[in-house]
Amino acid sequence: MKKRSPAVLSFSIVIVLYIIFEVLLKTGNLSSLMISLLIPVCCYMTAAIGLNLNVGISGELNLGQAGFMSIGAFTGICVSGVLASVTGNGVVRLVIAILCGMVIAALFGILIGIPTLKLSGDYLAIVTLAFGEIIKSLVTNMYLGFDVSGLHFSFVQNNVTLEPGGKMLLNGAMGATSTEKIASFTAGAVLVLISLAVVYNLMDSKSGRAIMAARDNRIAASSIGINVTGVKMLAFVTSAALAGAAGALYGLNFSTLVPSKFDFNLSIMILVYVVLGGLGNMTGTIIATTLLVVLPQVLRSLSEYRMLIYAVVLIAIMLITNNEKLKTDFAKTKLVERFRLRRDKGGAGHGE
Amino acid sequence: MENNKAPVLEVTGLGIDFGGLTAVDNFSLSVYPGEIRGLIGPNGAGKTTVFNMLTKVYEPSRGSIIFDGKDTSKMDVVAMNRAGIARTFQNIRLFSKMTVLDNVKAGMNGRITYGNVAAILRLPGFRKQEKEIKESSMELLKIFGLEESAGLMAGNLPYGAQRRLEMARAMATDPKLLLLDEPAAGMNPQETEELMDMVRSIRDRFGIAILLIEHDMQLVMGICERITVLNYGMILSEGTPSEIQNDPQVIKAYLGD
Ligand SMILES: Nc1ncnc2c1ncn2[C@@H]1O[C@H](COP(=O)(O)OP(=O)(O)OP(=O)(O)O)[C@@H](O)[C@H]1O
Ligand SMILES: [Mg+2]
Repeated sequence: MKKRSPAVLSFSIVIVLYIIFEVLLKTGNLSSLMISLLIPVCCYMTAAIGLNLNVGISGELNLGQAGFMSIGAFTGICVSGVLASVTGNGVVRLVIAILCGMVIAALFGILIGIPTLKLSGDYLAIVTLAFGEIIKSLVTNMYLGFDVSGLHFSFVQNNVTLEPGGKMLLNGAMGATSTEKIASFTAGAVLVLISLAVVYNLMDSKSGRAIMAARDNRIAASSIGINVTGVKMLAFVTSAALAGAAGALYGLNFSTLVPSKFDFNLSIMILVYVVLGGLGNMTGTIIATTLLVVLPQVLRSLSEYRMLIYAVVLIAIMLITNNEKLKTDFAKTKLVERFRLRRDKGGAGHGE
Repeated sequence: MENNKAPVLEVTGLGIDFGGLTAVDNFSLSVYPGEIRGLIGPNGAGKTTVFNMLTKVYEPSRGSIIFDGKDTSKMDVVAMNRAGIARTFQNIRLFSKMTVLDNVKAGMNGRITYGNVAAILRLPGFRKQEKEIKESSMELLKIFGLEESAGLMAGNLPYGAQRRLEMARAMATDPKLLLLDEPAAGMNPQETEELMDMVRSIRDRFGIAILLIEHDMQLVMGICERITVLNYGMILSEGTPSEIQNDPQVIKAYLGD
């Protein structure tokens, strides 16, 4: 019972945030800037939750989360573009696009993970860093068109000629142009909740224990029969899959999307959400992502104090979520103690 | 005992070189089910290296390890554990950022059959097995006197309790042979006494064989039926505790010339 409370807290925060913003949205109380952030925040959050499984729970540094988002985004855009000729139902297309983005990103995860995760050390960081850059260059050189006779693909040079009524899905450095925007805030919130459920339930299972064991002590883990490479792979591929899903939703939220959007800066930004929120702490990831995306925009009106406040908040988040000493001090304060006593009395029977 | 049972572990001519240095050579040993066997020797004799070869943390340079009647030359660390060898480490290797209970549960992963999908969807099969795993883990913790600490972080346990938790985690894998590397190191006499009782009681209860490295002679002589003495990587002597205690060569190796 006690163990599940961080999950309950995470779910509650997401649901409450969703309701607040949905109400503000429906009552017309959100600025157009804030509206434009709603879906991206959900995407960053999903990618960050996945990355926290990889970096926090499994203990492997991954600097290429943007690469997996890119794969998810452009896969999703292409799938949705092709499906447009089959069904007009946006929700169906969105779900299929997200699933495809997820699967393709996971496949790339497997491809990278197999040679890399066999080695101990920081190889994954180096390989994922390169991977992110390679994906960006590859997509920048891809041309994909779709017309009545099917898909037409060319690389480096645009040799795609389409029948009348056909359309370009990928346009080299210009990326995707004229994508039909079928993403929604509700879909984003659902995606975040699903990722949380996947990660929390995985963590509290045989695989989660194996992942953490392999992180804490590789040799001891293999000495009790845990396949260290296998479980590190599971964490990495799950993280890639969630980034792929997040990317697909992201891609279907913009009518135009350039491949260079998914660069090293984005990978680092998502890593910052994870590290500031606390390694292995999913609730922290959610809070850090929300604050760090929304805050700079809200602070705009304060002009010159903006960066100062932003920095103070950054430091505060880091201290609160990562500092053991501070956490224990906080837990020691009378108020928390009294609250806990009361709750323990009330919840008799759950005691350890 | 040795006449009517096949040995669970049969090692012949085991050796390993590190670069030019031969750390262990021509090491042979048979351990029988239900036996508590001691492995002793001065510092640097190669005792831990023998454990590392038996668990394939190190690949032996020569010799053979037959475990439970099976040749193990193609097996790796994971396969050796699945075959039935579990161990503790001289320099404790716990999962320090996991709870005491989860350390033991992790040892039971091999017997869990549900898949990740069942875990993510919290299917009845998952719930049932998790309940069973929790119960057997708590039972093991009780045997090692750790049930009160189940919810603590393993890294925060006192030293003696960490050693006992390593044993509990090893036992969670349901081994046929348990290797203990200096289980009483850092324990006070009373803790050592309790440890000896624990070692005997898990042998009796689970019927496993135990091979233990120990510098505490009182412990070794008290619970081992037979003892192998290692010196400079080679077997110096083998016999019952009283034979070993009276072996002039052993006395010389321990006291120096
Ligand atoms: N990985 C390694 N590389 C090089 N030499 C090693 C390695 N492992 C062990 N040795 C050497 O093998 C010899 C035996 O070491 P080992 O740790 O097995 O001794 P031990 O009998 O367990 O000693 P202690 O009682 O101090 O634990 C030592 O000389 C050690 O330096
Ligand atoms: Mg040793």
